[in-house]
Amino acid sequence: MELYYLTAHELHDLLVKKEISAEEICRAVFDRIDAVEDKIKAYVTLTRDRAFARAREIDRKIAAGEEVPPLAGIPVAIKDNMCTRGVRTTCSSKILYNFVPPYNATVVEKLEAAGTVMVGKTNMDEFAMGSSTENSGFFVTANPWDLERVPGGSSGGSAAAVAAGEAITALGSDTGGSIRQPAAFCGVVGLKPTYGAVSRYGLVAFASSLDQIGPFTRDVTDCALMLNAICGHDPLDSTSAPRDIPDFTSCLRDDVKGLKIGVPREYMGEGIDPAVKEIIGQAIELLASLGAEIEETTLPHSRYALPTYYLIAPAEASSNLARYDGVRYGYRAEDARDVVDMFMKTRSQGFGPEVKRRIMLGTYALSAGYYDAYYLKALKVRTLIKQDFDRAFEKFDVLLAPTAPSPAFKRGEKTGDPLQMYMSDICTLAVNLAGIPGISIPAGFVDGLPVGLQLIGRPFGEGTLLRVAYTFEQHTDYHRRRPSL
Amino acid sequence: MTDYETIIGLEVHVELKTKSKIFCPSTTEFGGDPNTHVCPVCLGLPGVLPVLNKKVLEYAIRAALALNCEIAEYSKFDRKNYYYPDLPKNYQISQYDLPLARNGYLNIEVNGQTKRIGITRIHMEEDAGKLIHQGTIATSPYSLVDYNRTGVPLIEIVSEPDMRSPEEARAYLEKLKAIIQYTGVSDCKMEEGSLRCDANVSVRPRGSREFGTKTEIKNMNSFKALQRALAYEVERQIAVLQEGGRIVQETRTWDENKGITLPMRSKEEAHDYRYFPEPDLVPLVIDRQWVEEIRATLPELPDERRNRYIKHYDLPAYDATVLTATKEMADYFEECVALYPNAKAVSNWMMGDLSRLLNAHNMDITRCKVSPRQLTDMLKLMDRGTISGKIAKTVFEEMFATGKDPEQIVQEKGLVQITDEGAIAAVVEEVLAGNAKVVEDYLKGKDRAFGFLVGQVMKATRGKANPELVNRLLKEKLHSS
Repeated sequence: MELYYLTAHELHDLLVKKEISAEEICRAVFDRIDAVEDKIKAYVTLTRDRAFARAREIDRKIAAGEEVPPLAGIPVAIKDNMCTRGVRTTCSSKILYNFVPPYNATVVEKLEAAGTVMVGKTNMDEFAMGSSTENSGFFVTANPWDLERVPGGSSGGSAAAVAAGEAITALGSDTGGSIRQPAAFCGVVGLKPTYGAVSRYGLVAFASSLDQIGPFTRDVTDCALMLNAICGHDPLDSTSAPRDIPDFTSCLRDDVKGLKIGVPREYMGEGIDPAVKEIIGQAIELLASLGAEIEETTLPHSRYALPTYYLIAPAEASSNLARYDGVRYGYRAEDARDVVDMFMKTRSQGFGPEVKRRIMLGTYALSAGYYDAYYLKALKVRTLIKQDFDRAFEKFDVLLAPTAPSPAFKRGEKTGDPLQMYMSDICTLAVNLAGIPGISIPAGFVDGLPVGLQLIGRPFGEGTLLRVAYTFEQHTDYHRRRPSL
Repeated sequence: MTDYETIIGLEVHVELKTKSKIFCPSTTEFGGDPNTHVCPVCLGLPGVLPVLNKKVLEYAIRAALALNCEIAEYSKFDRKNYYYPDLPKNYQISQYDLPLARNGYLNIEVNGQTKRIGITRIHMEEDAGKLIHQGTIATSPYSLVDYNRTGVPLIEIVSEPDMRSPEEARAYLEKLKAIIQYTGVSDCKMEEGSLRCDANVSVRPRGSREFGTKTEIKNMNSFKALQRALAYEVERQIAVLQEGGRIVQETRTWDENKGITLPMRSKEEAHDYRYFPEPDLVPLVIDRQWVEEIRATLPELPDERRNRYIKHYDLPAYDATVLTATKEMADYFEECVALYPNAKAVSNWMMGDLSRLLNAHNMDITRCKVSPRQLTDMLKLMDRGTISGKIAKTVFEEMFATGKDPEQIVQEKGLVQITDEGAIAAVVEEVLAGNAKVVEDYLKGKDRAFGFLVGQVMKATRGKANPELVNRLLKEKLHSS
């Protein structure tokens, strides 16, 4: 297989055996970008020169006999909502088109410490609001399996980059499914960690109580390596959990014997594509045949996840996005009469329609006279949703569900109907509301389009998710397939 | 005509003098070139997160304990959303429904009686930046913004509507300032903005139990402004009511130059701040033991100190109140009495000449050139008879102006008191000889004539004659003649 299609751990083996250099890996990935980026459009910004300089630095270390960490020299794509010092960070929004952060997000620092090579910043739905990357303020990203289809979203650029060989791994952020759903659509592994497991410092906030950074990789082993690199307490993020992090590679065991897996019936009912259901059914059979104890279960408040999410997330967003006013950085409208006029023109011209829709929703939900009926009620339902999961995890080690109700849809198919678009996150939203981890792994294909299997775990139960995912991977080959471009 | 009762409550903002800001490591130092005391966090750049400075919590608890508040066991931060260019995130991190502290009080003196003013709540929040204009905000072609102050820690102290006059409001604010200064958590400098005050004012017919409609008064930048603004506003409201009008609930601003309050915004224009819990900070669970540790380190507060002065130094209540009104004044007093045990003499000089000169120069005692040692050296010179009380006033003015030691001034100006009996007796003889008519008046029983003769002797000695000797010698000579 081509270098750009190998996994990080495969490349690491070749690197330490000195069969290839980091510079060669870097060249392979940038050659691939030169060949396919016109079709995919995964990147907002490429950092080619930095990447080669960095790769050569890693090569010097290897040549000097230094032991390099497992991700050293691995080309990584970063979603464009994570701050990178000296490299513009746009959130795919016109309002931040020229914003160059003077600091790195903690995850970016951590990946640098791990020796990775940043390839560039990836396209996304503007401010991570969307499920198809069609809400990017700049351009639309294509699904590498079918260029007519969307890569999912909001981390569509990162998912597509990994799927198309334009990066070996990537970082995304997941507020309601923005890692898992595009991972499913693009046939890669995507994990949303427990809220608080990964620092949010430097992640441009969409909905602070829901946002979490996580990896895209080609297999579960790479996912564990990326988690090792990015997890951990950060004094700069008050919501990051002060806990020791395990070595996640130690969880990579081909063994699910005796594990109790629950299948919430609400995730297998109406609205789920029968072909997706069939693939999930096959996955259940496989895991059962490997010794897992699988049973149907229920999460009774699941049906409220979508309305709850669409009150809490926009409420927080309406406040988080208030700072984009043209005063200090980013886009500023011309010809304003006074400061209020400047605020209004800047925001009217700088934000796209979906961002405006959510700012309005959130502002309304927090307004005097509506707060109790909307925002406060949503917080209470959020607690009920979380309690559903707590109860399920008294009995089950892991829950299993589809990642998305259908495979990737066609470009433009849902842009006219926001509710239809919101429904594509129906299987993932509740996990963010509960603050628990979820992973999507390749589980099969429908008409040549990948389908994702979602595994949901207890708080800080990433290890168990990795174990089940790894076992599934050992007995299937979906993760080894690559799109032909 | 109806007799009206005034109802006043104050909302006071106090800047805490921690080294770094409330949610980031930037310095809180006052001044500095614009936008130099900033970092990505206080500038609200995309992606940054706040982390609470533990010292801020400690200082806030310290102030709250000094104001007799209950400290919450569970508290949280909220976002207060509004757009203004000096607010980088366009929301302020503050506390809404679960403030740090509640149910406190402080005591003020009203006509010699102690009155308790309730404190409803104290909460923590971040300060905003400053807009700078060329000329006024209305005429300036641009606004410049300085974010140095952004993120400086504040506590907001909200009183109960317990004050019944502008004088009480002023006494409350002065006492509040004294207490906070004693705790050492703030400088409370109104002129630098580290103490800021808004007032809620209403009036009602005396005897009525319901509150009248209130107005909120802003932009009062000194104690005097507070008192003047409140006096104006009370009068304005009474006039409106007496003309049969109604008070409009609104925010008004004090115009210091015109001496009036002006409407700023009505209730309808009031902001909807859309408060909601700050998701970037975790709730505070405040350890009881820590609270007790902080309580144990509280210094002696103004009321305790005042009582000690009455008991220990045998000072009149009035003296004790004035001397303990600021920590600096009281510290100065105690440094003096450590060097010179006559507390009443120290008190008289501090409340008299020293306070008069400080007021005249609009200074506080921390900038006074006369050290406690110098003041007490001067008192000792008086005790030794080196200078008279009258000369001491002249010496003290010179000390205040130059910071020189009293001995040096006395030497340089030749102000040593004349205590030589012979020398004074000679002058007395001269004065008596030159004022035969006055002597006659005195001997006929006109007591006032004696004072004139004393004055003449003092004049002839340029004030340096020992007054007691002058008195005695004059009397002896008059009665023997």
